[in-house]
This record gives sequence, structure tokens and C-alpha cells, in this order.
Amino acid sequence: MSEKTRLGKIFANGVISENPTFRLVLGTCPTMAVTTSALNGIGMGAAATFVLIGSNIVVSLLRRFIPDRVRIPAFIVIICTFVTMIQLLMQAFLPSLYESLGIFIPLIVVNCIILARAEAFASKKPVLASAVDGLGMGIGFTLALTLIGIVRELLGNGSVFGVNVLGASYDPMILMILPAGGFLTFGLLLGAFNAIIKKLDRKRMKEAAE
Amino acid sequence: MSLRLSTAPHIRSPRSSTRLMLNVIIALMPAAFFGVYNYGVKALMVILVSMATAVLSEFSWQKITQRPVRIRDCSALVTGLILALVVTPETPWWMIMIGSAFAIIVVKELFGGIGDNFLNPALAARAMLLASWPSVLTTHTAIVSKFGEVDAVAMATPLASNLEELGIKFSYMDLLIGRIPGVIGETCKLAIIVGFVYLILSRTVTWRIPAFTVLSAFVFAWIFGLDPLYTILSGGLIFAAAFMANDYTTSPMSSYAQIVYACGIGLITVIIRKWGSYPEGATYAVLFMNLLTPLLDRYIPHKVYGHKKTGEVKAQ
Repeated sequence: MSEKTRLGKIFANGVISENPTFRLVLGTCPTMAVTTSALNGIGMGAAATFVLIGSNIVVSLLRRFIPDRVRIPAFIVIICTFVTMIQLLMQAFLPSLYESLGIFIPLIVVNCIILARAEAFASKKPVLASAVDGLGMGIGFTLALTLIGIVRELLGNGSVFGVNVLGASYDPMILMILPAGGFLTFGLLLGAFNAIIKKLDRKRMKEAAE
Repeated sequence: MSLRLSTAPHIRSPRSSTRLMLNVIIALMPAAFFGVYNYGVKALMVILVSMATAVLSEFSWQKITQRPVRIRDCSALVTGLILALVVTPETPWWMIMIGSAFAIIVVKELFGGIGDNFLNPALAARAMLLASWPSVLTTHTAIVSKFGEVDAVAMATPLASNLEELGIKFSYMDLLIGRIPGVIGETCKLAIIVGFVYLILSRTVTWRIPAFTVLSAFVFAWIFGLDPLYTILSGGLIFAAAFMANDYTTSPMSSYAQIVYACGIGLITVIIRKWGSYPEGATYAVLFMNLLTPLLDRYIPHKVYGHKKTGEVKAQ
């Protein structure tokens, strides 16, 4: 297998077959909390992607130097560094998004997707593969959050990315922007995503058998 | 020939689930008729739209997912009818359609269909509608026949917190016969009780859960300093007790667990009415106790037939 297809596989793994939100079901706290609008979903996803790539690269670079017994605190310090960077950057350049995401930006530190990738992937694999893994996972997370955000914003507010699409006569379904709507949307999309993957897998296996 | 596999014990009986569901529909008729009489054609429309949507969504979901179509067991009809009876007659048609489809597809079919739902579908749908469009479901209208041609007169229900300011007073008799603003099927307690007596006589349900629900609400209301009789006669408590609390799937099996479950509903209803921000708590009380049902079944086990610890023999 060539280097390119191997990296492509790592990337696709993060987006689809091990999608952090719909397949690994990690990082559900920010998923529920910030997806009241599509823009919030994208913002949260982008911030997490930045941190993921950065922390994966640095953890991978330092993987031979970090003693096994103190690896978790070491990972956390690395993750904290990148979270602080993105927090300050967002505060400076995207103040309104920073305001609406609030406490969930610093909380990226304890987002288990990032720690899980450091532990399960970056601390064992070379730098390039780790960076691609971070990118794939980050994009998978961003897509999932944006999708949930679009559904919730559309039904709960009648708009997508702040643009009203359902017209003034639409009576918004307030439930969808409440926490209960978050759980409902998340559950339904998770079920649908897995049903589709299962169907594709079955099809692929059938083709392989023939 | 079709073979039916099911777990023991096996009892031969003409009482199929279709028959039981038809009994429930018959028992709901008095309340439905009174709702239509009270609120006019729009109440009938709500009932028909809700029932049609429920059956249609069950049929299409089972077709799409390639499962056996089981609309003939009439359980979707019951869900649609109950949902229609717990919303206001002013509910727009599209809203009742969303509610009905939600009850069947999300609450019932996604969790495995009849017998596997963890919440009462109609009540879950009502809670969903109430959270989504609170103003529509809490705007009550006065009775059509009482006010002649005027329709959509916003009026306080007997549970509104500002009744005294408004100078409205409902007598126990008003509450009992249902000459009050409210949702379609919950107002006339007499019609509900007639239907419930039919359910008991046809041995569709047992008396235990409904009786303990109402009784415990009465007692807790008295303890917390509310008017006990007013508490049980107003709102949806009697309807919830008679037709929703004793849903087979979502209520506990053993008699002790059923009593705990029923008293829980009574207690939570009274607590929400006294301290909660919503005027009525019966919906949430039943849903909450639905969620506790597996726990009650687990920790208050039912007696296994033929198994006894001591020499004491008790008829099961």
C-alpha cells in the first residue's frame, strides 16, 4: 500500500468509520451544548480540529521522551497549550463566536476525543500519520456538529447559519434548541448514520463474496 | 400455516391485543363524544387527523423498515385517539400530525414497536408539543355551545394560577361534568369514569393503578394544603390515571410495584401543581414514573407462580 492511500485511509477513518461523534460517541458534552445553531457547530468543530492537529503532532514528536507513567499529565499540558492559543485567537478575531461558545472553549482541554487520539494514536505513530489522524477526526467532529446544528437551528429557529429559510410564517419548534431537542437530534442522527454504514458494509461484504 | 413463538406461560384466550385495544377505544368514546359536543367540529377534526396520522405513520414506518405491518392490532389508533384527547381543540392540524407521527415513530417504533416502548407514546408526544409550542397548547378556549357563535375566546383553565384575580370560580359540579375550558378529552370526569368502568368490567385493565393514583393525589394534596377534591377533579389527573398510567408496557408488573408507581404519579402531580411553573403536572408525573418502571420491576419483584418462601400459601 502506498503512503498516500495509507494516509487517505487514516483520514477517512476519522471522518466516517470512526467518526468521533457518531461512531465513537466521544465528546458528547460539547456536542449537546453548542449545537443550538449551525455556526456554533462549525466554530466548535474548527477549534477542536486545530487543537487535535496541534496536540497530535506534538505528542507524536515527544512520544519517545514522555515517560509512560506521567503520560496523561504530559498530554494534558500539551493540549492546554493549544487550547489557550485557540482561545486567545478566537477572543481576538471572532469575539461573537467566542461569546456564544463561552465556557466550552476552555473545556476543549477535557474533550475526550483529543485525549483519546493522543493516547490511542499519536503516542504510537509517526508525526505525519498523527497529523492526518488529527485532521480526519477534527473534520469528522466538525461535520457531525454542523449537521446536528443545522437540524436544530432549522427546526428550532427556522434558519440555517443565521439565514431565515423557512419564512416568517414558520412557528419554530422551540424544543429543538432546548437540551431535550439536542438529545433527540443526536440520537436520531446517530441511529441513521450507523444504519447507513451498516448497509454499506453489508453491500461491500456481499460484493467481496461474489 | 403460521407458527407463533412466544415465551411461557401460555394461556389460551380469545383476548388478543386487538381486542384489548378495541376495548380501550370503546372506553374512550364517552370522553371523545363529550369533547366534540363541547368544543365542536374542530375537536372532531383534531381527533380524526391524529388517529389517521398515527395509523399512517406506523404503516409507512413498518413498510420502509421492512417489518411486518401490524396496524391491525389497533394500538396506533389508540395512541392517536389518546393524543387528540390530551391537546386543546385549537391545535392546528399540522401540529397534531407532527405530534402523532412523533408518538408512533420516535417513541414507539424506534424502540421496537408495540410492547417495547419505554414511555407512553401519546404522553411523550404531548410533552414534546408542549415544549415546542407552549403558547398553542396552553391557550384554552371557552366552550362553543356555551358562548354561542364566538369561537376562540381565550379563557383560564381551572388550574390557572390567577383565577382569583380574574374572579372566576369553578364549582365541583362544573369540574365533574366538564363544563370548563381545557383539552378535548380531559374535562368531563364523568365520561372518563364511565369509560373506565367499561375497562374494568371488560377486564381490560385492573383497578389498582388508577385507584391508587387518584387516591394518593387526594391524600398528598390534603397534606400539602391544597383542596383535595379540586385537585383530583381538575386537570388531566383522572384521564391520565384511567387511560395512560396503566398502559401495559410502561407500568410495573407486580402489585406492590404498581402501588408505588401509582403513588409516585399522585405525589409528583401534586408537587408540580403546588410548586412547579407548569399549571398541570399529570403528564410529567406519568412520564417520570414510566421511566422508573424498569427499576420498580427490578427491585420489587413479582411473586413467581408456585414459588413460596414460607409455609404460607397465598392465592395468586
